[in-house]
Amino acid sequence: MKHHAKLTLSTFLCSTLLAGTALAQDTHPATGEPLAEDQTFTYRVGDEHSSVDPQVVEDTIGAEIVRDLFEGLMNQDAQGKLIPGVATDYDVSDDTKTYTFHLRDNAKWSNGDPVTAGDFVFAWRRAASPELASPYQWYVKLMSLENASEIVAGEMPPEELGVTAIDDHTLEVRLSQPLSYFPQMTTHSTTFPAPQKVVEEFGEEWTKPENIVSNGAYVLTEHLPNERSVRERNEMYWDNDNTIIDKTVALVINDENVALTRFMAGELDRTEVPAGQFPRLKKEHPEEAISFPRLCNYYYTFNQSDTGPEAFKDVRVRQALSLAVDRKIITQNIKAGGEPEAYTFTPEAVAGFTPPQTEMSEMSQTERDAKAKELLAEAGYGPDNPLTFDMIYNTDESHEKIAVVLSQMWKQKLGVVPNLANMEWKVFLETRGNQDFDLARGAWCGDYNEASTFLDLLDSESGYNDGKYSNPRVDELLVEAKSASDTTPIYTEIEQILAEETPVIPIYHYAGVYMMDSDVGNWPVENVEQNWYSKDLYKIAE
Amino acid sequence: MISYVIRRLLVAVPTIMLLVIAAFFMMHFAPGGPFTSERPLPPEVLANIEARYGLDQPLWKQLWDYFTNIFLHFDFGPSFRYKDRDVNDIIAQGFPISLTYGSLAFLAASIVGIALGIAAAIRHNTWLDYFAVSLGIAAQALPNFIMGPILILTFTLWLGLLPGGGWNGGQWEYLIMPVIALSTSYMGNIARITRSSMLEVMNSNFIRTARAKGLPERTIIWRHAMKPTLLPVVSYLGPVFVYVLTGSVFVDIYFSTGGLGQSYVSSALTRDYAVLLGITILYGALTVVVNLLTDLAYAWFDPKIRY
Repeated sequence: MKHHAKLTLSTFLCSTLLAGTALAQDTHPATGEPLAEDQTFTYRVGDEHSSVDPQVVEDTIGAEIVRDLFEGLMNQDAQGKLIPGVATDYDVSDDTKTYTFHLRDNAKWSNGDPVTAGDFVFAWRRAASPELASPYQWYVKLMSLENASEIVAGEMPPEELGVTAIDDHTLEVRLSQPLSYFPQMTTHSTTFPAPQKVVEEFGEEWTKPENIVSNGAYVLTEHLPNERSVRERNEMYWDNDNTIIDKTVALVINDENVALTRFMAGELDRTEVPAGQFPRLKKEHPEEAISFPRLCNYYYTFNQSDTGPEAFKDVRVRQALSLAVDRKIITQNIKAGGEPEAYTFTPEAVAGFTPPQTEMSEMSQTERDAKAKELLAEAGYGPDNPLTFDMIYNTDESHEKIAVVLSQMWKQKLGVVPNLANMEWKVFLETRGNQDFDLARGAWCGDYNEASTFLDLLDSESGYNDGKYSNPRVDELLVEAKSASDTTPIYTEIEQILAEETPVIPIYHYAGVYMMDSDVGNWPVENVEQNWYSKDLYKIAE
Repeated sequence: MISYVIRRLLVAVPTIMLLVIAAFFMMHFAPGGPFTSERPLPPEVLANIEARYGLDQPLWKQLWDYFTNIFLHFDFGPSFRYKDRDVNDIIAQGFPISLTYGSLAFLAASIVGIALGIAAAIRHNTWLDYFAVSLGIAAQALPNFIMGPILILTFTLWLGLLPGGGWNGGQWEYLIMPVIALSTSYMGNIARITRSSMLEVMNSNFIRTARAKGLPERTIIWRHAMKPTLLPVVSYLGPVFVYVLTGSVFVDIYFSTGGLGQSYVSSALTRDYAVLLGITILYGALTVVVNLLTDLAYAWFDPKIRY
């Protein structure tokens, strides 16, 4: 089988129109929009990034920077579809266990050295090695590379990892199980190449701006911790001629309201909209306030383990509590950023996912409330015997508002008495992870654009299944999905089961809610994973 | 006096070590660890990470290694969260920033506060007094987490005069708002303490004697009233000095200054043990030194005190 990852229309236009010529920076080659003289993109980040070492970075903020500095085998386009990165195309064996990536011969590091298959081998072994002890070793295991688990466990040397440089431009990857979506996984920062010479020369200091060598469209030129980091055009990048943004600046601004003020003062091109402010901003700045679906969910989980309350083992109680939640009040009055109401665990925006038609999704809220009362009465709870339980959430203004609203809804509609408790983040995680709760807040963002990234959380064996929900049929379907050619009906069936058994109360799905300067071109709103690359953006002249 | 100073400094070392030990155990007994996350790590990955940072050792051994690294290599350990930097880097980068805006804020608060307090006391029950008192109360009632956003709104958004945040190597236009935000509430307190202290001194017997001798009011205030007036102010200024020097988490958060205050708070929240301990040692050492300086200053302000 031969796969040729296809070029997007804009890349195609760029490369044909501009082949061999330096970009004149007057108009955008594909859209014809006039380009601004100053091609600097400045955006707000809420916290200092953890690292810019591709094998070590573990936060979204860091991954955004790493995606600009380094380039992996594959990239994503504005819709999240796979496009060539360092690899131009790949072959896959019939059993989908061996992939052969063909690397372009013009890819260079920022010091002029060629990017070779050996750089990937070095990086992947590094990511798996107990010596580096990267928190993302789990990702190497997830990739199902041959011997990955043994290497992580220290039973085999990293050299045994199932990745080989056949020659400088051919990389062979061997997997321990068939994985049809393996190429998608190479857009993740853990798989990006690392410059062996530089890493060995400088050790842990190699990511400092004065030492770092990278192969992406940008190089790190400045890093002032807790203040800013700056990345500038990498002249050595193979597609430098088609890159328009010269410089990207990430400003660390912890407080989102201050960030919004600074956006209004023109210091930022992009910032997050604080909860509840979107309707006002949309009215005042219709061009700049944007909202689009994201791959994250927000839910409350019932503790169904042995330590959980007896009441939550009764499906009628779980259903009653879920039915009585008026999600519209939360999405429209508290979040107010265009978040979709959630009736399934998996967000609707996930590729290849069709939510099931459930009884609940077709009822009006009044009908739901009536049904909830009925179910709770059937379960034996009423004015004489009110249901009481503790609900926990981590300390945060927005979580607090939602918890209060939920408890009020339950109290008023069902006469239930929930006791609210907020906890500092790490205490909360520990409490929830030890099943020391009745009802707990949860949220999850997908690692990749596929329903299993969410539904795996409800596998009985999953380490993330804090409510200890267990249904053999769900486990079975999840295994089936790994090798199925059409997963859509499987995921729909799982959601159908979840709707009936209600192990969690889905509340809403996230939206990316931003203030984006109207002169920023090509922000990938349709990329639900929000994997954006500065090289694809541009600034329009005002 | 020199032997007194040496004695105080020698006592400081075990004091700080005790502080570190207390902080160390409190930290380890707090629920959750540096690698507790929403995505629990597989046990073998966690084991690798803990082995790398020595967290798999018994606590006493970790503490012992921590102290030996400090005394032998002056190495305060790694950051678990910011993997590109270690504690030495974090302090070397953040402390000069906190020190700069902190000392400026301290100077501003002391000079303006003391001047206001004295003016109010000398012109007791006049419009100047009322003005100084209300200004002092207003400054005190506006804590810096309210001052921060108000300043940014006014000077950055409405007037467009100052950058909304950042440090930029400490250029003056980046310094103005942090210094104002940090100094106002102390300024109010200093003014209030100075005023009441001055009023008390001006009513005391030796001032009456000075007046009876026919000394001019100026001499009375500057030569006789000043030192005793400042004594309670100095004991207030000591702790304030440490507090502002070590940076303010609010200033760092609102103005993205990159100072140590924010690192300190976030290290506690993320259980970044070595960062938390390193900054604790720094704060502890500063407190000891400043307390000593304050005690020495007493001797100058009050001749009755001798060491």
